[in-house]
Amino acid sequence: MSGAVARLALVGNPNSGKTALFNQLTGSRQKVANYTGVTVERKEGRMRGPSGREYAVLDLPGAYSLHPASLDEAITRDLCRGFYPGEAAPDALICVIDATNLRLHLRFALEVRELGKPMIVALNMVDAARRRGIEIDVPALEKALGVPVVETVAVQRNGAKALVERIDGLVPQLASQPLQQPVEAGEHHAQVRAILEAAVRMPSRTGKIDDTLDRWLLHPVYGLLTLAVVMFLIFQAVYAWATPLMDGIEAGFGWLGEFAAAKLPEGPLSSLLVDGIIAGVGGVIVFLPQILILFFFILALEESGYLPRAAFLLDRMMASAGLSGRSFIPLLSSFACAVPGIMSTRSIQDPRDRLATILVAPLMTCSARLPVYALLIGAFIPAKTVWGVFNQQGLVLFALYVAGILSALMMSWTMKKFRRDKSEHPLMLELPSYRLPNPRDLAVGLYERAMIFLKRVGGIILALTILLWFLLSFPGAPENATMPAIDYSFAGQIGHAMAVIFAPLGFNWQICIALIPGMGAREVAVSSLATIYALSAADDDAAIQALTPVISDGWTLATGLSLMVWFIYAPMCISTLATIRRETNSWKQMAFATVYLFAAAYLAALVTYQVAKALGAG
Amino acid sequence: MTLSELPLHASAKVEDVQDLHPNDAIARRLRELGFVNGEEVRLVARGPVGGEPLLFQVGFTRFALRRSEAARVRVRTEGVSA
Repeated sequence: MSGAVARLALVGNPNSGKTALFNQLTGSRQKVANYTGVTVERKEGRMRGPSGREYAVLDLPGAYSLHPASLDEAITRDLCRGFYPGEAAPDALICVIDATNLRLHLRFALEVRELGKPMIVALNMVDAARRRGIEIDVPALEKALGVPVVETVAVQRNGAKALVERIDGLVPQLASQPLQQPVEAGEHHAQVRAILEAAVRMPSRTGKIDDTLDRWLLHPVYGLLTLAVVMFLIFQAVYAWATPLMDGIEAGFGWLGEFAAAKLPEGPLSSLLVDGIIAGVGGVIVFLPQILILFFFILALEESGYLPRAAFLLDRMMASAGLSGRSFIPLLSSFACAVPGIMSTRSIQDPRDRLATILVAPLMTCSARLPVYALLIGAFIPAKTVWGVFNQQGLVLFALYVAGILSALMMSWTMKKFRRDKSEHPLMLELPSYRLPNPRDLAVGLYERAMIFLKRVGGIILALTILLWFLLSFPGAPENATMPAIDYSFAGQIGHAMAVIFAPLGFNWQICIALIPGMGAREVAVSSLATIYALSAADDDAAIQALTPVISDGWTLATGLSLMVWFIYAPMCISTLATIRRETNSWKQMAFATVYLFAAAYLAALVTYQVAKALGAG
Repeated sequence: MTLSELPLHASAKVEDVQDLHPNDAIARRLRELGFVNGEEVRLVARGPVGGEPLLFQVGFTRFALRRSEAARVRVRTEGVSA
């Protein structure tokens, strides 16, 4: 036994209840990180046995086989064998198998047994098996497998007590299994049949509930209808329910900023604290309500078994655009905000599909674009009725949404065409039995998401916000300044320089300067324009009111249209870019997203402006 | 016949999974998932668009396969209870 603390690793098929068992064993004492160099989640926790001995428990990614078909499975294989760089080999393996799905899961247990490591089998979900009339003779199963077998119910309090006791009693003296010659896949199945014959009695048909539910939920008409309702609910929740919470957080940090500004002497320190740090922290925390609400739904749907069904229904549609069925929810959530949307791509197993989804998610029209669109549409598009029923302003807004969606589909389709790896994307998606989500596992999952966001993404957003503050605040305006202070700052100077490049798009220098603080969040571009035009406005609505006459007189229609098109594409949101960096674990992918989106924005706005001007709108 | 030709709700017994090329990882995975000789499979559902993917019940598990994946599995329908 190496070291003072014995290391245990949980292995098992996906949907074996492995993570619920892990939560049960380690409670809240877990650490979530990534395996070095990849974005596969690494979960480790501590467990104490009745003897007082401490154990380190590692929850390995779910695997169907030790012949890996994905990065997750490769990590599981390497770790079990003790080959994974930077990870100690586990002292014992806890192989988790679902008692209601023995045929599939025992096969994997046999494969794991061939590794020759000390091993205990956790026969999970025995309660569900009993309800279905499956009778398992545990001593006979132990005898057939040649390793200890312990019954567990991971979703019940104390459902793993027997396992903990068994581990505590056995692990110190567990002997390695004799290393066995690996056998062919067909052989394993033959062995499983023999074991089932000897130790298990089961009714020929099981899962009546699954049959009934699947008949409705996978029905070509009712299934899609149900899916539409579920999607609408999620979208509503992320979009509407989060708003009051977000307003509250914004108001709270606004108040805190004013309070700090009143207490501190005016100067760069006060400005750094109020406009840099407090505004930056507020800008991070404001995303939490949306993230928590979205992940509540995703975790509940995943746990209940509905998420794979949704992927089943949508797979064909999404696959033709180079995405997968699982891309749908992340993309839908991105209409509210790309940050939680990109984070939720973790439920997409194929890394290529996941990357494609992350890269097109910023094209979905997020809620931060709305104030910008509201300003521009209000100023340039007359509110008249067209074709009898439609409001012209509404039509333009709709067109902006559709343009984003079509561009995303075109982009993912193009990426599919140019991908070097042309191998077949297998689906082979398991649709597990339906089950009720367990509140404890939901709570643990939500807590992990929140921490990942605050720790990993929050730092980058905060740093960039402070950098932006610096650009906007220094150097200060001279004594006899005639222009707003922003005009003299580094940001102002950059804006003036940018004006040359952006002239072909019809952007004047005022627009260019407003684009820089707009990198913090798109809607800030509106209040910045108000500042630059030296208007005083208390909030976004007031800013839009005050700005509308100024820009509809000062800008041409071509400029207005060009700027709208710019905002469809431009990745004007450092939070999104920071999330892409974190979720892909790659500066290269983030740079690629930034460059392609800016390039698309520039080209599309250029074409829009030049065409509009040629048609006489300049 | 192959699994991809199975009518909706019909059952069949697996003969074998054919490799489309040497070291066909998809074929290997299908065997690991339980598509092995003698195993009974049933086509439970089809996707709403283009009749894809196909949902099969094998043992106690349901797997959704694309047509190209299901076409690797050869099945026989004789002697199978409907």
